Amino acid sequence: MAATTHDNAHGHDDHHDHDHKPGFVARWLFSTNHKDIGTLYLIFAVIGGVVGGALSMIMRAQLQFPNSHIVTSGQEWNTIVTSHGLLMIFFSVMPALIGGFGNWFIPLMIGAPDMAFPRLNNISFWLLPPAFVLICIGLVMGESGSGWTLYPPLSNSTYESGMGMDCTLFALHLAGASSLLGSMNFITTIFNMRAPGMTLHKMPLFIWAELVTAFLLVLSVPVLAGAITMLICDRNFGTAFFDPTGGGDPVLFQHLFWFFGHPEVYIMILPGFGIVSHVISTFSRKPIFGYLGMVYAMVGIGVVGFVVWAHHMYLSGIDIDTRAYFMGATMVIAVPTGIKIFSWIATMWGGSISFETPMLWAVGFLFVFTLGGVTGVVCANAGIDYMIHNTYYVIAHFHYVLSLGAVFSIFCGIYYWFGKMSGRQYPEFWGRVHFWMTFVGVNLTFFPQHFLGLSGMPRRYPDYPNAFAGWNYVSSIGAYISGVAMLVFLYVCYRTLTSKEKVADNPWGEGATTLEWTQTSPPAFHTYLELPRIK
Amino acid sequence: MRNRGNVVIASAFVAVMLGMVGLSFAAVPLYRLFCAATGFGGTPKIGGLNAPGGNGETIKVRFNADTNPGLPWKFGPVQRNVVLPLGEDQLAFYTATNLANTPVTGMALYNVTPEKAAKYFHKTACFCFEQQTLQPNQTMEFPISYWVDPAIAKDPATRDVKEITLSYTFFRSMEDAARAGALAKAGPHTAGQTNVRAN
Ligand code: HEM
Ligand SMILES: [Cu+2]
Repeated sequence: MAATTHDNAHGHDDHHDHDHKPGFVARWLFSTNHKDIGTLYLIFAVIGGVVGGALSMIMRAQLQFPNSHIVTSGQEWNTIVTSHGLLMIFFSVMPALIGGFGNWFIPLMIGAPDMAFPRLNNISFWLLPPAFVLICIGLVMGESGSGWTLYPPLSNSTYESGMGMDCTLFALHLAGASSLLGSMNFITTIFNMRAPGMTLHKMPLFIWAELVTAFLLVLSVPVLAGAITMLICDRNFGTAFFDPTGGGDPVLFQHLFWFFGHPEVYIMILPGFGIVSHVISTFSRKPIFGYLGMVYAMVGIGVVGFVVWAHHMYLSGIDIDTRAYFMGATMVIAVPTGIKIFSWIATMWGGSISFETPMLWAVGFLFVFTLGGVTGVVCANAGIDYMIHNTYYVIAHFHYVLSLGAVFSIFCGIYYWFGKMSGRQYPEFWGRVHFWMTFVGVNLTFFPQHFLGLSGMPRRYPDYPNAFAGWNYVSSIGAYISGVAMLVFLYVCYRTLTSKEKVADNPWGEGATTLEWTQTSPPAFHTYLELPRIK
Repeated sequence: MRNRGNVVIASAFVAVMLGMVGLSFAAVPLYRLFCAATGFGGTPKIGGLNAPGGNGETIKVRFNADTNPGLPWKFGPVQRNVVLPLGEDQLAFYTATNLANTPVTGMALYNVTPEKAAKYFHKTACFCFEQQTLQPNQTMEFPISYWVDPAIAKDPATRDVKEITLSYTFFRSMEDAARAGALAKAGPHTAGQTNVRAN
């Protein structure tokens, strides 16, 4: 994609009229600048990830040996598990991939001066910190032990009578509202503010990924909001949506939750698909293989993702025909997913590949995501799922696609764009150390969980029979390694932000063809004062 | 930079979001309708058609009763099971005693297993269609009238079914529970429900 731009190259020149930055409070608290808001989201995501990660260290410490008492009660354990899941999903992965990279790079990549609704953008971000506080209240009070899936009766007033559960539910309302405002902003920006000449079929894959993600959010989050509202009413206002006593049905909650929940898992991975596509193309020095196939694979995943939800509910009493349908539909998703994987490999094929840190993460992503996809197809078999549902096999499956897949794509994006966003060079050596430690650590953590699950270890318990001790020990060691890797990452951030080494506008060379590389590093506070033209 | 197009798109998506919230609430009655129409989740057919008469084939029906701990009743079936001709009207009885010394109102919920048999199980009259109130220490017999559609023996998905379980769980009605303050002191959750008379 060739682009010309007439933007001022001296944008970071402070006393230049076009580029004055507001003072600290106005700049960060009342920020309406897409880059600043993106930065806020990224910092927030790191904080969410560190807190959520700390919880996972506690969990692995508890499970390292049988009969441990680091966590003192089952309720406390349940609360930790719940908060870990919610923090990672809503306060780490989503803010990073959607709010963070989306805000930073949607305008830069489509040649727009900012998002369509800058002030709405500010609200989207500032809804998250209070939501985060509410989740932490639920955690500290030890009263939100329903699991991230919030199923009643586990989450109703009989089993979770405390206020902490209400705080957690309300936190999800706020986080949901934030996502909805954000996605509306994304869709409007992408539809209306592309540079002249950038047709939909010329849009970078990352933009397509964010567009499909935003659509999924708009269609699924309101359903979660509805379900949570009903739950809150059941808990506090005497309704009986999910309470059989009053004629309600708890299984209905599961349907509503997973109607949101399955699209949600793709919400967490699609932006990662976009990032990985750019990185693989950049470092193979080839355009992406099968651009249109990649685009429509994402659209296909988004559409089919809405009709597979009951694969999470094979054991909820649905009948055999329903199971057969959901099993077939679920397996269909593996097709567009496969198209993407093969296209990435075909992009690398015959390219002149170099393995800088972002590429390491991208290739690592291919490996772990494929593994997670394969175990997903195993889970999709209703017959097999009867055995492995709610075991560590499922934990292994979704951690391979999420905490390995989605998280690898986040790091991939960070290293790819760190120079662009900060104007400074990250330390290549420490980037590699970070990658390899994480890679070894997370695989050591989660691969053995397949064995544990297959031999019947159930999820969501703070203890296990001695028979499971061996692999649990290995898994905990792996977790500690990835925990240290996270510290390495923080060190990389410190080194980068204090580095004196400036980064060129386009440090990655001929492979990096999207518009953000035509801007300075870091880009001017106001970019594209004159719109670029796409030929 | 703001233009009219932006506002149009944004409004359209606000409408979509509100629509989805609406749909999630609409799911509550729709789900109930869906279950009633398809027998999903073991929902039997209620009211309507008269028994068509059968061809002499039979099926066994077992009766199960559960009582929610919040309801101070002793509730159970009079007969544990019966073998009945397909397609013919049948009567069965449950009995309940109010153990409390205040009047108590209950509501029974029901289903049929195996769930796939539900769409062939017709209930023409049942105490579970309405709330029931028992005076202190009163005992009452509750009748149900039902029949099983002979088509169950023809449908390839259900012809292996030789035994159907009809199950009731009696709950205290929510208003009654609220009145009695029973909800507030639902207390520690001991395991499950009490089976007054296990099949
Ligand atoms: C080929 C694609 C995939 C298939 C066929 C698939 C299939 C499944 C199935 C059948 C389950 C339910 C297992 C059970 O609970 O017994 C499941 C669980 C899960 N999957 Fe996937 N999956 C796929 C990809 C993904 C992706 C890409 C993600 C996220 C990025 C993901 C995240 C999850 C999560 C979070 C759960 C567990 C939810 C819970 O119970 O807490 N999956 N998957
Ligand atoms: Cu799913």
